[in-house]
Amino acid sequence: MTRRYSALSLLREGVNGQRGWEPAWRNPQAKARYDAIVIGGGGHGLATAYYLAKNHGLTNVALVERGWIGGGNTGRNTTVIRSNYFFPASAAFYDFSVKLYEGLSKELNYNIMFSQRGMWTLAHDRHGLEMARRSANAMLLNGIDAEFHDEPSVRARIPGLNPDPRFPILGGINQPRGGTARHDAVAWGYARAASALGVDIIQNCEVLDFIIEGGRVRGVETSLGAMRSDRVGMAVAGHSSVIAAKAGLRLPVSSYALQAFVSEPVKPCLDTVILSPATGTYLSQSDKGELVIGAGLDLYLSYAQRGSLPWMERAAAGVVELFPRFSRLRFLRQWAGIVDVVHDSTPILGPTAVDGLFINCGWGTGGFKAVPAGGWCLAHLMATGESHPLARAFGIERFETGALIDEASASGIAH
Amino acid sequence: MSGRRLDAGGRIDRGNRIAFTWGGRTLHGHPGDTLASALMANGISIIGRSFKYHRPRGLIAAGLEEPNGIVQLETGATTVPNVKATQIELYEGLIANSVNVKPGVDFDLMAVNSLFKRFIPAAFYYKTFMWPNWHAFEPSIRKAAGLGKAPGAADPDTYEHRFAHTDVLVVGSGAAGLAAAAAASEAGETVLLVESDSELGGGLLAETAAIDGTEPLAWRDAVLFALRKRSNVTVMNRTMAFGFYDHGLVGLCERLTDHLPPGKRRGPRQRLWKVRAKRVILATGAFERPISFAGNDLPGIMLASAALTYALRFGVAPGRRVLVATNNDSAYHATCALHDAGVEIAAIVDSRSEGSGAAAEATARGIPMIIGGAPIKAKGRRRVKGVTIGHAASGRTLRTMDCDTILMSSGWNPVVHLHSQSGGSLAFDEALGAFLPSKSAQAAVNIGAAAGIFDLDTAIVSGWAAGRGEDVAAPCPIPVGPTRHFANGDTRAAKAWVDYQNDVTAGDVQLAARENFRSVEHLKRYTTLGMASDQGKTSNVTGIHILANLIGARPQAVGTTKFRPPFDPVTIGGFAGRAVGDNLMPLATTAAHASAVAAGAQMENHGSWLRAAFFPRAGEDEHAAVTREVLAVRSSVGLFDASPLGKIEVKGPDAAEFLQRVYVNGVRNLKVGRCRYGLMLSEHGIVYDDGVFARVADNHFLVGTTSGHAAAITDILQEWLQCEWVDLKVLVENVTTAWAVVNVAGPKAREVLAAVGTDIDLSRESFPHMAYREGQVGGVRCRIQRVSFSGELSYEVAVPWQYGRALWDAFMRAGQPHGITPFGVEALMAMRIEKGFLHVGSDTDGTTMPQDVGFGSSMAKKPDDFIGRRSTMTPEGLRPDRRQLVGLEVLDGGDAIETGAHVLAGDGAGPRATQGWVTSSVLSPTLRRPVAMALIERGEARIGETVKVWDVGKSRLARIVEPRFYDPAGERLDV
Amino acid sequence: MLLLECPYCGPRAEIEFRYGGESHIRRPGPHAEVSDAQWADYLYNRKNLKGEHRERWLHAAGCRRWFNVARNTVTHQVLAVYKMTEPCPLPDDTGAPVGDPSMTPGTAMGGAA
Repeated sequence: MTRRYSALSLLREGVNGQRGWEPAWRNPQAKARYDAIVIGGGGHGLATAYYLAKNHGLTNVALVERGWIGGGNTGRNTTVIRSNYFFPASAAFYDFSVKLYEGLSKELNYNIMFSQRGMWTLAHDRHGLEMARRSANAMLLNGIDAEFHDEPSVRARIPGLNPDPRFPILGGINQPRGGTARHDAVAWGYARAASALGVDIIQNCEVLDFIIEGGRVRGVETSLGAMRSDRVGMAVAGHSSVIAAKAGLRLPVSSYALQAFVSEPVKPCLDTVILSPATGTYLSQSDKGELVIGAGLDLYLSYAQRGSLPWMERAAAGVVELFPRFSRLRFLRQWAGIVDVVHDSTPILGPTAVDGLFINCGWGTGGFKAVPAGGWCLAHLMATGESHPLARAFGIERFETGALIDEASASGIAH
Repeated sequence: MSGRRLDAGGRIDRGNRIAFTWGGRTLHGHPGDTLASALMANGISIIGRSFKYHRPRGLIAAGLEEPNGIVQLETGATTVPNVKATQIELYEGLIANSVNVKPGVDFDLMAVNSLFKRFIPAAFYYKTFMWPNWHAFEPSIRKAAGLGKAPGAADPDTYEHRFAHTDVLVVGSGAAGLAAAAAASEAGETVLLVESDSELGGGLLAETAAIDGTEPLAWRDAVLFALRKRSNVTVMNRTMAFGFYDHGLVGLCERLTDHLPPGKRRGPRQRLWKVRAKRVILATGAFERPISFAGNDLPGIMLASAALTYALRFGVAPGRRVLVATNNDSAYHATCALHDAGVEIAAIVDSRSEGSGAAAEATARGIPMIIGGAPIKAKGRRRVKGVTIGHAASGRTLRTMDCDTILMSSGWNPVVHLHSQSGGSLAFDEALGAFLPSKSAQAAVNIGAAAGIFDLDTAIVSGWAAGRGEDVAAPCPIPVGPTRHFANGDTRAAKAWVDYQNDVTAGDVQLAARENFRSVEHLKRYTTLGMASDQGKTSNVTGIHILANLIGARPQAVGTTKFRPPFDPVTIGGFAGRAVGDNLMPLATTAAHASAVAAGAQMENHGSWLRAAFFPRAGEDEHAAVTREVLAVRSSVGLFDASPLGKIEVKGPDAAEFLQRVYVNGVRNLKVGRCRYGLMLSEHGIVYDDGVFARVADNHFLVGTTSGHAAAITDILQEWLQCEWVDLKVLVENVTTAWAVVNVAGPKAREVLAAVGTDIDLSRESFPHMAYREGQVGGVRCRIQRVSFSGELSYEVAVPWQYGRALWDAFMRAGQPHGITPFGVEALMAMRIEKGFLHVGSDTDGTTMPQDVGFGSSMAKKPDDFIGRRSTMTPEGLRPDRRQLVGLEVLDGGDAIETGAHVLAGDGAGPRATQGWVTSSVLSPTLRRPVAMALIERGEARIGETVKVWDVGKSRLARIVEPRFYDPAGERLDV
Repeated sequence: MLLLECPYCGPRAEIEFRYGGESHIRRPGPHAEVSDAQWADYLYNRKNLKGEHRERWLHAAGCRRWFNVARNTVTHQVLAVYKMTEPCPLPDDTGAPVGDPSMTPGTAMGGAA
């Protein structure tokens, strides 16, 4: 059986009719007892399981997933990776994530196609330009790559921008190391690597309840029976409140649908990721040639993973405003993910009121870029009981102390 | 070269010829043709190349499920990439080309990829391209990917949106849909019948069986005639229902001009309809399934139903010698009709061992039949030349046959897309071998083939029933016989295509199952099956069959991937509609806009407002103009259009009590006729807005807001009154655009105001700073506030909006003796920075609390609760090292500091940790030196300290100072 | 696009409305007597129910009045519409009787301002 992926193994398997590949991950039977249980088979959960095994030597680990792995927001996002954050705590965390992404294909022996083609944020008025400058300076001071561009420079680097837009383009910031990756591959790559280290990935396994004794978590009741463990981590963005409620926890989280759209595939016509704060539209072109388009959140609470018309219209108007030549392209597909919205657009990553139960949630619209760091830090927390230094500011207690990290209003960018 | 025009038949206009260009060649067709049928009639077999292996591909289908016939339509600004040739109505002068080919579709260099096929199976890219890194490979992969090309120029067309409300929406104008529309309208309901094709009739356009003894199209015409006489019926062709959303909303895309030659197109290109229907009747038909066998993607291999449509609707024979492979009865009818149209039939190969009840009609025509057989491997390179036929059960080779066309019929997939989008569930039907609509989640019902009702008469009955609101009959599926399953190890799967456009074979499905990608979603994402521009219309169910067989599950358990809108791709510009250009967000102009423009104003966007930034004279740059404007105000008088500033009336017995809960400041003790500057917070304790509020009367206030927040604050005040303090008797109304406001500012402001003429006593004693008066100015009712953002004597004069321009002009005339100077937002900003006045949004952000901007003591003096107060008392709010608003002076004699620069510790030692940032900055026209404001950690305690100001790698030294650079005592206000 | 029945204007499309979040949240006060935990719970914590959810909406492009909606957050089906000053006509999700005084107005302004 072939396990290792390489051009050579592809050649060998080519000769062999592609029949010798090992399953990417095992389908194990659930055990009654684990050293740690991770709830949620999205990117964050899978990365947590992998780093528990890799960084902390915990291999008797179960990852339980209600459906199929990578099926939540990991498989429904616009795949943007960036660390253009304002406050030092966010910047350090997200840039660590970008750095992990930069080495992830080799680390996991799985090509996640991290394409660092730049992440542009436009400025449309004087104030936007000042805020862009403020953000670029914050990024540079935080050790993150950032370029501040005036209008001619933006236009020279992004051909095809509307010469006469409703919202003028006065300049913008670029983070050259930002870009996109293949979202499914991130989930599968972590799953394959975690499984190889001994982690049990158990799909179609729904958590029905927590086993809590004396204020301490002792395991979970699932649709496949009870699994006991004194360490449980949950990474179930989109359903965080629902799962937390089973442990009696109230969260400062609201669930909203975030829609995305792809066009039919066309030859390369956009070589970067671009966000226009004026319309809230952002777009990039996938390696397959589709324009991948995101817009703002739907405006009401929803657990329905489906799109609606008004946002499709707004996203389309945003695309045409930026690139009038894309007007004749056609939308191929619209979908929606359910995201955890918290007031300050900063994740919640830390212990809970239940001993041994740890939480990773609240990623808003940008959890994908945080997958490696989110998994790394949750694994650290589960293994050591201590918050990782990079995630220390992300505890849920900040809502009481008031120590919010309000990225959205600090940088004027949707996060 | 195999397709040809039949001598007779079809719904084309044989009397007229249309010239069109395909790949640079001029060809001819007839009105009524699609590009696909015209190409076939011209003997063109290869229309495109596959996405990955660049294998030559011909037409598979005749409708929008076509995966192969993807073309670039037209050139230049009106080009459209990726259009299916089956959806393009032929018009005179049409230009189309193949996509993704180098140099051309007949000889494509990229076909070299197919030589390496065995090494680049599904998902191979996850297993390689990691060394040295992905960036080394990505550019060439990107160039190879993509189908057509995006237009190079802006879209010259327009699009529009319409709403419609109807009792009944019928989607699909086949026999069932027509019957449903007839029945529903008969009962008096309003009916909207939509059909995505150019011609109404759906399956009737290629039907031979009579209905009630009538020819199918005569039956259609009779029903349509009746429908068109009813005023409660609207029938729309070229209109596709693309999405079924919440609460009975269906999105339609109506194509208005795409079928016309570019020179004859007038008006909007497409119209997007949002239809709210009380009931939706889905008569969307079914797509035929191809058969997976080795080489099944060769040009000349197509769906049996497609061949029937080409022959009967377009009068085109798909080939010269046709072999039909099937596992069900429907292909027999198609075969016989083709035979009757003059097409030679080599044989019918039926996988069912017991044969077909429909065989008699084929036998009667002398068509050879191979029972229990199935195609194993097609032969040929640029077009199919023959086929190996094997025993369906064992796969053992039976014989080979020559043919130039193979028709496939592996059963039918009801078009359940809209049903599923609406929330409806699906159930796998074993007889049909496909998913049928099960429970509806909305007021929607499926009829005809969409409901698995394949018998024409029963389908019509289902339409009548649905139209009347009665229950629809049970499905009568076309049962399918054995289909080839590719067991693990069956190497012929490697060249048996499932998803044509994305080049996914049965072998790729095997690979996915082997590697544990066994969820239907994993299968899709891993192999890309169903992700092409046809979204798997012909491939998904086949893929599910193969996967289910491989993993030993039933298709129902495997399930389908989610059906997402749009049903078929819809133009982005169509969704944007009229919300393009200046209509994207309406621009508001002030009443005096034209006068400002005439005075040379440089206009800029401020939210939705267009405001004068400055008024440059010949030869002046921005700095020169702003400097001149500031100096004019400081030395004499200037005029500013302040109309966009928010004005909200707050009235009622509890008005003072209400505002006392809203403002950081005290409100109750404000005297009538006086103004006060106030701060508003969000409930999170963050500074949200500031402005001057005036007490007009005991129970009447005029609340001023920043120009961007007028509407939002009105909403917020309303929300508190309606949702929290319902006992307070207060009325709130936004009157921002009811009053035009000019701000006359400068030492000569009083004289100019007096010269314009007013009945208000302007003397210092009777109308002091921070007072409010009402009266007349220039003979018009006015409200005047003596407030100042510039630091000079200043009046904000408000008159009813319609007098705004006259007021502006009157001030300009009256001010002439003093050289009155119109000034813009930038001069006002420069002056307020000189004064150190706070500008919310610039000097505050989403973390700024009142104690950070000098309001700590005024909060402490107020005993009452107010919005956001509790949030300012958290441990974070009480931290001693919060950022506080202070002034900054640079010591180097240079230009203004960049706003957005950061502040670092002055000694330069230690980490480059930010201590704050510059929030406002200007090269002061009055003081002729740079002055700035900044939010700096513990700033108030650090007055006098030298810090480093850092901007994009450059730093300058600056001193923290009190933010009052000009007239710190405010003596110029009290004049 | 939802179709909401404004109690004052009748059925209108979603685009005429603004969503205001969970309804029936009490604002604690006065400020000096509220603990950090109570304040955080009021300001930030939400039921965020999957299923029946009581929330308030503003008919922003119409009568500009607020009202309550009980809506299923999975199917988006509207279960009830009632005025701000009325109790929810549906049985309480905690089992309390209809018209429980704790369910009459008093709502969080967390999302506003």
